[in-house]
Amino acid sequence: MVRFALARFGAAVFVLVSISVLVFLIFFATPGVDPAARIAGRNADQATLAQVQAEFGLDQPLPVRYALMMKHLFVDRDLTSFVNRGVLVIPQIVHAVPVTLSLVLGAAVLWMVVGVAMGTLAAAWRGRAADPLIVLVGVVGVSIPVYWLGEVVNLVTQSRLHDSVFSWVPPLGYVPLTQNPAQWALRLLFPWLTLAVLYAGIYARVLRSEMMGALDEDYVRTARAKGVSERRILIKHALRCSLIPIVSLFGLDFGALVGGSALLTEVVFGLPGVGRLTYTALQNLDLPVILGTVLYAAFFVVLSNALVDLVYAALDPRVRHV
Amino acid sequence: MSEPLLEVEDLRVSFRSRRGTAVAVDGLSFSLAPGEVLGVVGESGSGKSVSMMSMLGLIRDPNCTVEGSARFRGSDLVGMADKDLRVLRGRDIAMIFQDPMTSLTPVYTVGWHIAEQIRVHQSMSKARARARAVELLAEVGIPDPARRIDDYPHQFSGGMRQRAVIAMGLANNPSLLIADEPTTALDVTTQAQVLDLLRRLRRDHGSSIILITHDMGVVSQLADRVLVMYAGRAAEEGPRQEVFHHPRHPYTWGLLGSVPRARAPRVRRLPAIPGSPASALAVPSGCAFAPRCRFAHDQCAERPPLAGADHLDACWLPRDRRHELRHSLDEVATAAGDPGQQSIIVPATEEFE
Amino acid sequence: MTERGEVLLRATDVVKHFPVAGSPWRRGARQVVHAVDGVSLEVRRGQTLGIVGESGCGKSTLGRCLVRLTDLTSGRVELAGQDITTLSRRRLRPVRRDIQLVFQDPYSSLNPRRRVGEMVAEGMEVAGERSGRQISARVAELFELVGLSADHVDRYPHEFSGGQRQRVGIARALAVDPQLIVADEPVSALDVSIQAQVLNLFADLQDELGLTYVFIAHDLGVVRHVSDRIAVMYLGEVVEVADADDLYEAPAHPYTEALLSAAPEIDDGVTAIAPERIVLVGDVPNPVNKPMGCPFHPRCPHVQAKCTVERPPLREVAPGRSAACHFPLVAVAGRPAAP
Ligand SMILES: Nc1ncnc2c1ncn2[C@@H]1O[C@H](COP(=O)(O)OP(=O)(O)OP(=O)(O)O)[C@@H](O)[C@H]1O
Ligand SMILES: Nc1ncnc2c1ncn2[C@@H]1O[C@H](COP(=O)(O)OP(=O)(O)OP(=O)(O)O)[C@@H](O)[C@H]1O
Ligand SMILES: [Mg+2]
Ligand SMILES: [Mg+2]
Repeated sequence: MVRFALARFGAAVFVLVSISVLVFLIFFATPGVDPAARIAGRNADQATLAQVQAEFGLDQPLPVRYALMMKHLFVDRDLTSFVNRGVLVIPQIVHAVPVTLSLVLGAAVLWMVVGVAMGTLAAAWRGRAADPLIVLVGVVGVSIPVYWLGEVVNLVTQSRLHDSVFSWVPPLGYVPLTQNPAQWALRLLFPWLTLAVLYAGIYARVLRSEMMGALDEDYVRTARAKGVSERRILIKHALRCSLIPIVSLFGLDFGALVGGSALLTEVVFGLPGVGRLTYTALQNLDLPVILGTVLYAAFFVVLSNALVDLVYAALDPRVRHV
Repeated sequence: MSEPLLEVEDLRVSFRSRRGTAVAVDGLSFSLAPGEVLGVVGESGSGKSVSMMSMLGLIRDPNCTVEGSARFRGSDLVGMADKDLRVLRGRDIAMIFQDPMTSLTPVYTVGWHIAEQIRVHQSMSKARARARAVELLAEVGIPDPARRIDDYPHQFSGGMRQRAVIAMGLANNPSLLIADEPTTALDVTTQAQVLDLLRRLRRDHGSSIILITHDMGVVSQLADRVLVMYAGRAAEEGPRQEVFHHPRHPYTWGLLGSVPRARAPRVRRLPAIPGSPASALAVPSGCAFAPRCRFAHDQCAERPPLAGADHLDACWLPRDRRHELRHSLDEVATAAGDPGQQSIIVPATEEFE
Repeated sequence: MTERGEVLLRATDVVKHFPVAGSPWRRGARQVVHAVDGVSLEVRRGQTLGIVGESGCGKSTLGRCLVRLTDLTSGRVELAGQDITTLSRRRLRPVRRDIQLVFQDPYSSLNPRRRVGEMVAEGMEVAGERSGRQISARVAELFELVGLSADHVDRYPHEFSGGQRQRVGIARALAVDPQLIVADEPVSALDVSIQAQVLNLFADLQDELGLTYVFIAHDLGVVRHVSDRIAVMYLGEVVEVADADDLYEAPAHPYTEALLSAAPEIDDGVTAIAPERIVLVGDVPNPVNKPMGCPFHPRCPHVQAKCTVERPPLREVAPGRSAACHFPLVAVAGRPAAP
């Protein structure tokens, strides 16, 4: 198991390095973009440009340039935004991360609990009226665009019913957990719910179909022949085996969301997270910020994939013993 | 004769579907004495598994209807509440299935499976259940059971897995073990090991066994009585030696004739049964075997009853001429260049799904 | 019964190894599966060679080597004196028509989206010797020959039962007028009554067309029924070859003996029942880590010290029969049999 873990993390590091190389190449190969001008920022004078040329080794061979870029990114951490001159990229990301993490973690807990419960119940009640009902709820959740749902929620809680039912809802924005835990949770409540609706629907559906498959397996028939109760069959046998694919799905979704895919939710609810940072950087072709956020996103996606593999091995003995 | 352990009467299992009603088991009756081994043989689709599974309430298909009765120690299993049936399953009646590869939940150890079987029916501490599981594994001949108990099913070979499944079935000393094709997925040498194990268990525990298989050889080795099924019905039933030495039903003749023997003198052609098995969607109203039977006559349009004293069969042919008729069949089959040969190659009926 | 005809197929020291797809993280010596490990065989024209053995002993792999569906690791295969081991694809094409393969699974070996008639016609179209009309006539004829009706040609595989599908597979093999048919467990997936029909079909076709068969099976009764000579395989090696009757009456190799005694025989009051059953201990070892010495020694009831160190070669133990055993159960000329 330890060897497996080490091997898996070795692979993760390798993937990260590859992605950074890829991003670097895109950075220096985007047609019509002069990297020096992009790094130096808007309206930079000749002297700054020359300094950038030298600092980033733009006249040097590619491997050297790559090394210099990584040095600026990770060692000196002095890469600055192209749009807002003087704003360092790294601290910007560092500030945005807790916001995104808070949003995604909370939503993840919600959607896992709700999705697994819905999927399990639907499978348990297959063939009865409740099953299609749960499926329908799931479909509705999946089909509502997050952006639209967020706007509606905002409309209802912030203006229409703000004076009556939802008077307790704080204004949009983010309050750090360390500063005021109650406000932190309260402000994130609706973003959490909004984001979770979509994923809970997807997870419920995937889990339901996994469980239906598992309930047709021979081992379930064996468990019945042993006299095991239906509830125990459902939880201990069918659900336990169906969770394996759910975990890998979760890892992918979680990684992608923390990496910035939650941007719609962040934009709608005015949360200054990584998604919003990427969103604005993309709008302005702010290459240094894009470089930073992409690497950061890649880091999370790769990290969560590696974690998934480990959890997978813990859940599925067949993987462990190959 | 002692009170039968299981008495099945007129069991009927049908499945409703868009293409009509498939009658998988059609009026099956048999009884099983304590300590007896009943071999159930028949080709694929003859209703062997469905009949046993329906008695135990293991068919969850909502389109399935089970009628008739199956009295186990006097109480009827058909129509029993699942809650009560569950108490019997795995405690008094254990059932094991064909493919040991898929019949254990892959994420739990072999020991966990056996312990679960014990603890579902007896209140026993985890440690005691584990110790008992080690004993059981040792009993079925798993080497080094104290260590292998923590292995996962995929770490066992096919033969070992089937032994583990048998150990699980025996955990609560059931009075009836139903083994559905326990050796079909195994190699010959491994099959011999498992058959040996079953033989030993039967001697040591005295439990009754229903052994479902399509291999006549396996039945011939293990069974006290034999039930031959065709299209969901009993074609013939009786003591093993009677059925194998003096088979009465033309279907049994055909089955026995179809098996190429390892020890008998070689024949060029086998006395095969023409045609293919009846489809459960369209079982003939008369004798189900009539369309494939060389001796079919007018009377076969009516369904023959399963008749006889200890050795029963469902056929209209005159009892006293059966032996002679059977031999005429052998001659037809082995005569090369005979025009009758063609009718053996060309299937008379076809099954289209 | 052994009127010896001309040798149609000869395999000499055929070896087929597969590299094990190990985990990319794990270093160490590259492992190989010894699927077929030095097999030599002869098949005479018009006869049937049966190959038996338990799951994983390399029967299918050997069959695929004999028809050159896979390349050999080493060794050679000759068809009617011509070495086909190293023929290029193009030069192999005429040979392909002489050797046809019939597969085990009548469900997966036919393309579900094509009419069975087209599949049978395909080989003839590739050969390009017959006109379209001649081909259709031949397909109809083949269908009759294998016991299907000529109006079945336009049907799809799913419209047939298992036995009928196997007949289609046989018709497809016969379409190119082969001399040799390698049949890989052609009846294993079938019910006994259907199995008997297909076995009879094989026998009739051999009588009518003078075909030569290599018949692979794990059922000892089936192999006995179809074969003139039988090769018994264990862990990629042939451990015994003999005429069918000799082999079944008095096996020379302890593995053959155990295999025969393990086969559950029907006691029908006519056939003799084996006196005592030999139940082997353990399972077939993994062909990745083959045991030292004789591959069968860990399970052999007659094992002796020599067996654990020295691999016995396949050698003649009596006229017309060979076994790979240091202490064969049949007396070797001038040497006593094992106690
Ligand atoms: N859930 C189901 N729905 C419809 N038909 C079914 C169902 N289960 C079984 N059958 C039908 O019932 C018949 C009997 O099946 P069963 O599994 O008992 O056969 P079997 O004798 O055990 O055959 P095998 O040797 O292949 O296991 C078959 O025709 C099958 O198609
Ligand atoms: N393509 C392959 N790659 C790796 N290993 C293989 C491959 N094909 C076969 N093997 C291995 O070679 C050995 C022999 O396989 P083969 O299929 O020839 O056995 P067999 O005697 O036909 O068995 P069965 O009775 O199960 O069909 C097995 O251990 C198998 O796992
Ligand atoms: Mg069955
Ligand atoms: Mg094979």
